[in-house]
Amino acid sequence: MGLRVLAAMSGGVDSATAAARAVDAGHEVTGVHLALSQNPQSYRTGARGCCTLEDARDARRAADVIGIPFYVWDMADRFKQDVVDDFVAEYAAGRTPNPCLRCNEKIKFAAVLDRALALGFDAVCTGHYARIDDNGALNRAADTSKDQSYVLAVLTSDQIAHAMFPLGDTPKAKIRAEARQRGLLVADKPDSHDICFIADGDTRGFLARRLGEAPGQIVDQDGTVLGEHDGAYGFTIGQRKGLRVDRPAQDGRPRYVLGIEPVTRTVTVGSASGLEVLEITASRPVWTGCVPPVEPMECEVQLRAHGEVYPCSAQLDECGDLLIRLREPARAVATGQAAVLYDGDTVLGSATISATR
Amino acid sequence: MSTTPVIYLDHAATTPMVPEAIAAMTEELARLGNPSSLHNAGRRARRVVEEAREQIAEVFGARASEVIFTSGGTEADNLAVKGLFWARRTADARRRRILTTAIEHHAVLDSVRWLSDTEGASADWLGVDAVGATRPEVLRAALESDPDSAAVVSVMWANNEVGTVQPVAALAEVAHEFGVPFHTDAVQAAAQLPVDFAASGADALTITGHKLGGPVGAGALILGRGLSPVPVLHGGGQERDIRSGTLDAPAIRAFAVAAVISARGRAEEARRLAALRDDLVRQVLAAVPDAVLNGPPSGPGRLPGNAHFSFPGCEGDALLLLLDARGIACSTGSACTAGVAEPSHVLLAIGADDARARGSLRFSLGHSTTQSDVDALGAVIGETVTRARRAAAG
Repeated sequence: MGLRVLAAMSGGVDSATAAARAVDAGHEVTGVHLALSQNPQSYRTGARGCCTLEDARDARRAADVIGIPFYVWDMADRFKQDVVDDFVAEYAAGRTPNPCLRCNEKIKFAAVLDRALALGFDAVCTGHYARIDDNGALNRAADTSKDQSYVLAVLTSDQIAHAMFPLGDTPKAKIRAEARQRGLLVADKPDSHDICFIADGDTRGFLARRLGEAPGQIVDQDGTVLGEHDGAYGFTIGQRKGLRVDRPAQDGRPRYVLGIEPVTRTVTVGSASGLEVLEITASRPVWTGCVPPVEPMECEVQLRAHGEVYPCSAQLDECGDLLIRLREPARAVATGQAAVLYDGDTVLGSATISATR
Repeated sequence: MSTTPVIYLDHAATTPMVPEAIAAMTEELARLGNPSSLHNAGRRARRVVEEAREQIAEVFGARASEVIFTSGGTEADNLAVKGLFWARRTADARRRRILTTAIEHHAVLDSVRWLSDTEGASADWLGVDAVGATRPEVLRAALESDPDSAAVVSVMWANNEVGTVQPVAALAEVAHEFGVPFHTDAVQAAAQLPVDFAASGADALTITGHKLGGPVGAGALILGRGLSPVPVLHGGGQERDIRSGTLDAPAIRAFAVAAVISARGRAEEARRLAALRDDLVRQVLAAVPDAVLNGPPSGPGRLPGNAHFSFPGCEGDALLLLLDARGIACSTGSACTAGVAEPSHVLLAIGADDARARGSLRFSLGHSTTQSDVDALGAVIGETVTRARRAAAG
């Protein structure tokens, strides 16, 4: 007898194929589409041309083809509170959040998982590309170009124990072929790339509508004022384009955002060398692949989604924060992002970057 | 896929076709002919449609010429509400007020809202009491306040969610005192109550085939002969020029067959369903003592096949999921296409708060329901509610 599995179905090819694979594995699967839109009215009045409504329909069609029950769960309030509002607040505080990570942490493997467990399900299945090994640790997907372990590393051991990622061992191209073979009409649906709640992809405009104009100065590392901006939230550490600085740098080399100071709304820019980071402090660590490192631990760290991996030494400090010393400098490390520690393909732990030096 | 046999307690959504209707429809599907054509094949099809019209008229106490076939209840409601509003306003520009209740089916509710938003109508929502009933005095007061502005009155015969049977004849009489046409949606009533168009005094009455053992896709507006609603569908001028479109002879024939069969055993069937429903209510309240039966008490004021509960501390869609997993089909209210649970407008209108409205579930019985269906629900409803409460608390 298989498990009772709740398959979160976004309307895309990955989650649909994951649900089908869970059925093949002998589990009793129920599909659920999460209604996350801030305008849930669009689900109800049959507005045309709304992508979320289209996604819900695609998910329902896939569930019908697979032959599993399907429901829509309205998670819009939780999503707004835990993901969207958090996203805006993080930018307002000068940090760079990862909303997909937050959604996994607070919605898919918290609000949804809790409800599923209470209703008698054993696990939540998603179309994420990651693997769970025999020790219950999270591992990178076989297809490293699609690997999503970075945005899942925030999950606790208990959350992972109730997660199911049936696609982790397969390259994406094969998943599309498999979906086609299964008669899933979403087989050729394009991948989603942008932040789901910013439909037009204009993050700066989205933030401006919520945070309003908050002009401030753009200065160089010496404090010389180079220009003005409408809101510090429009900048990310390491950003080069759209700085709106009139004068070229004296050395003629490109300038990057080096720092964002939310209280004075000052954005500091400078040359690439100013972006180099050798030490990172990260807070609220979770450990799923090792015991908390009281002594320095040699491993690797990834500092943004699809980012490079750096050899490092990691250790808990006396406050319970994680101190990461890189062997070679990393560039453009933004606070608010996750620092995920790996041993090869295995996720050891994850924490939120709070300071860099 | 689960192989559990389905315990079907959602007859208000749709009820199984009776075998005679399936046979009639199947036979008719193999035959040729557009009922509007003048040749032999057309005449044959027309005869089928006209016989069906006569049968349906007889079942519902109307004249054959008063039966306007439509694609179903939604279309008939749209035709009655919009068509009568337009016709009345055209005759006298002051007539812009539509008097209706907040517990109507969306086919009426949203037609009224649309007319208000785009066609200059003003909606006058008649108050309903805590079980959903509309008192004739309420209608009289609303009409008296400004009789010249009234365009049309629409109050459903029986409510699809909580089963309230409205005093249709008394309401129609009040409307007529003021010379205002009265429409009633009798979609839910038609299979379980004696619906007599002439005796009710209504000017327009909506029925549909698939709630009484016929097919989806055939319904009718029974329309008094003095009335000429402005058409919603324009075209070939079928159905007294009021509803254009080629008539669906196979579905119409099956609709009539089902209506005749349903009418033949209706009184006895209503007693049978009421007894089963009362037992269902008893079993549910025994298993979940704090459940609340919404709508009127058992008796002539309630549809015999309707039971509707609020389960405090539960979400209706969690209950539905859990019962569905056990092969029990029911509904959180009127079927919603998109799937996001919205608190029922009917529950809110009868004074329920948001939580009570969200934690509600409808069980509706019909001609295929047996005691074992009721017992199957009774056996699991207690633990299902316990589990759903845990999910809501988490």
